[in-house]
Amino acid sequence: MSEPATKLKTLTREQMAARLAADIPEGWYVNLGIGAPTLVANYVADREVVFHSENGLLGVGPKPEDENVEPWLINAGKQYITMMAGGSTFDSADSFGLIRGGHLDLAVLGGYEVAENGDLANWSTGANDAGPAVGGAMDLGAGAKQVWVLMDHTTKTGDSKLVTKCSYPLTALGSVTRIYTNIAVIDVTPNGFVLRDTAPGVTFEDVQARTSAVLHRA
Amino acid sequence: MIDKFVPDVEAALENVHDGVTIMLGGFGSVGLPNQLLDGLAAKGVRGITLIANNAGAAFGSMVTLLETGAVEKVVCSYPRNAQSTLFVDLYRDGKIGLELVPQGTLAERIRAASAGIPAFFTPTAAGTQLGAGKEQREINGRLCVLEQALHADVALLEAWQADRWGNLSYKLAGRNFNPIMAGAAKLTIVQTQHKVELGEMSPDEVMTPGIYVNRVVHIPYGDPVL
Repeated sequence: MSEPATKLKTLTREQMAARLAADIPEGWYVNLGIGAPTLVANYVADREVVFHSENGLLGVGPKPEDENVEPWLINAGKQYITMMAGGSTFDSADSFGLIRGGHLDLAVLGGYEVAENGDLANWSTGANDAGPAVGGAMDLGAGAKQVWVLMDHTTKTGDSKLVTKCSYPLTALGSVTRIYTNIAVIDVTPNGFVLRDTAPGVTFEDVQARTSAVLHRA
Repeated sequence: MIDKFVPDVEAALENVHDGVTIMLGGFGSVGLPNQLLDGLAAKGVRGITLIANNAGAAFGSMVTLLETGAVEKVVCSYPRNAQSTLFVDLYRDGKIGLELVPQGTLAERIRAASAGIPAFFTPTAAGTQLGAGKEQREINGRLCVLEQALHADVALLEAWQADRWGNLSYKLAGRNFNPIMAGAAKLTIVQTQHKVELGEMSPDEVMTPGIYVNRVVHIPYGDPVL
């Protein structure tokens, strides 16, 4: 399926991250996946949101200035970070115990595909592309209370990333609850995809035309 | 008198033989026992099965161990890093084995081994390629897979502080897999940045009690480098 001829004004990655961040309530414990999801931390403003990193940290703060780097403090993406006052450190079993035990309010993940039943594909393109690696994606997908996916609505070639059934290898079954794309916000419900919000100037029909599964009105 | 300190890396790695299954602490380069890894490479041990979150990623002497074919198989969640294609090349050429495990399942399998739990059910990986071929059961309405405890012959770990009883503490993100691996191996070998007297760490500060630790070597090598 290729993209319809009309060209939409789409959100930037930063705008997508800001749109998602606007929906995170104060007090939530949140894990941000590697890549675009990490941008979300820049947009929670004054709300106290506690960010988790898989390598055993709660209360992750912003990136340090070069002169203030603490060499023993990295995130799961192996970048230097800071800790907020109130932060805590723990071992990898506790770190994944809090994910798998359903204590984490939200995981924000990237995605290759999300199916209308909430299935997520985000760890492998199947063709042994760069050697397999999974990290914590399957634990986050199966364990967090909410799984929100932040991704472009379509692939570079215009194919819908919101599908009736995933074609790439699955990460987790039926776990995605909401999708933030560069044109829309879509809830994943027992009835399938429900349009919740659109980017400025984008209509329901625009979103449906770029979605290979059925889109429902809220 | 109990004294688990050994004089050097060579003594720390005594009786680590070919065909050994090794757990390696660390997440990225933080909490990674670099000098024990150097010692392992220098000793020329071969036929290694390496269990580590980033086994295969090119940190320190991991490169030598991979290049010389000393590692037969890795068990890990993320066997690659942005700076190197070494593991991916070996894997593509069929020169190294890989058991890919979701990171939380890896941690829990290690913890289970440490705590005497032979196997457990988890929803992680159910219905995916990494859950394929494993016993499945629906529990409370969710599909789960049976995962086995993961044991090793030897654990190589890094601590921030250690005393002669083998009590350990870790620094910030340096904790990661180190405490859980301490209890999952028959022989647990630790390199520590700081050697402290008994009682210098208060009981509340000890993160890994010495019961899990067999040998400690004091190596004040300084900060990790990404």
